[in-house]
Amino acid sequence: MTAPSAAAANRFVLGAALLAGIVLVGCTGFYEIPIETPIQPKMDVTAFQRVLVAGFISGGSDDVDANLETVRLLRSQLRTKSPLRVIEAEVLPLAEIAAAENNAARDSGSSITTTSTGVAPVGPIPAAEMAKPAEPAAKPQDPKKTDLGIHNEKDLAKFDKIFADVAYWKKLGEEYQTPLIVTGTVLFTPHQSNGFVITQREVYDSFGRRSVIPVRTYQERKGFILQPRFVFIDGRTGAILYSETFHEEILYNAQQSVPALSTYFELMDRVMPSFLSTLSAQKIRGTRVLLK
Amino acid sequence: MLIRALVVATALVAFAPGMRAADARSQAKEQVEFGIKVAQNGLWKEAAYRWEKAVQLDPTYGAAWNNLAIAYEHEGKFEDAKKAYEKALALDPKNLMIRQNYDLFKEINDRTKRRSGK
Repeated sequence: MTAPSAAAANRFVLGAALLAGIVLVGCTGFYEIPIETPIQPKMDVTAFQRVLVAGFISGGSDDVDANLETVRLLRSQLRTKSPLRVIEAEVLPLAEIAAAENNAARDSGSSITTTSTGVAPVGPIPAAEMAKPAEPAAKPQDPKKTDLGIHNEKDLAKFDKIFADVAYWKKLGEEYQTPLIVTGTVLFTPHQSNGFVITQREVYDSFGRRSVIPVRTYQERKGFILQPRFVFIDGRTGAILYSETFHEEILYNAQQSVPALSTYFELMDRVMPSFLSTLSAQKIRGTRVLLK
Repeated sequence: MLIRALVVATALVAFAPGMRAADARSQAKEQVEFGIKVAQNGLWKEAAYRWEKAVQLDPTYGAAWNNLAIAYEHEGKFEDAKKAYEKALALDPKNLMIRQNYDLFKEINDRTKRRSGK
């Protein structure tokens, strides 16, 4: 084939492809379209104008103050992604408060009882106490974390009673004009796992051609497990409205040095959409095909 | 003369339903195409109205049911969307695009149901 005829053939092929493309678009009769599917919030929060992220009982790693970081993160997310006004207040050292409450209950011989309808307060609150003008439900203590020995879920369970203490939450709610209260537990624990993983290895053959092959290698890996439990409490009544627990984990090569705080944020990022969808409507973006 | 008139009358009676159906389909198709244009411009309520009209004109038009289901999904009317997708699939069970749309919808719908505990 001569040069001019080759060029003509190329032009013909190009033209045919273009024509085929136009015919295809014209005849197929389908159109991909982006859509946003609205998801209703899990909770009805129309009764609240404000939200108080009070504090969390945290444990696990000492590298991250999970209480402080979780409160900060949730407040900043709620500020922009929820219709509620976020109350700026000091972060409650909830673990210490719960421990003190446990001790007080042990000393007085009373305990929190859970009723079929929900929860009952820790002993009766004296009327005079109730009539007092709003005073802080719990004094914010030294922000430095005291070691309460919370290393796993079992340790956390010991402090769980505080969420059932309707009187405590009601009082806190009154102090902040009956907002929706967000509290809960956060366990952020180091984790190690050794085993075989599949990695991609670059290889070159005798002709210098590059290819990538999967290789099973034994690896020592370490990382973290994040287990937050979010408890939503009605600031008007002190009762639990909703509670949800999450579990996220991540593992890195043992040689890789990733700061605990970065890992904490990476894991919280995964949980955040679900947390936010509890309070506000979310939209799921996707595509669908319209047909003619 | 009489025979010719009879033949014409018989033909009219015989083909009238087919002609009516063809006419309904072409009217429904117009509505569907207009619905697609407005949906592409983000006017989903108008699109839904057009596709509702299309399925009223021709209830056997699978593509119209598919589009209507998408419009309902976009408006958060999950029950209506489910019914419309099912109708589309019943009419056109081999259509992979309707199947794909339905599967994507189902994933979101199931997740929402799990969350609300329904």
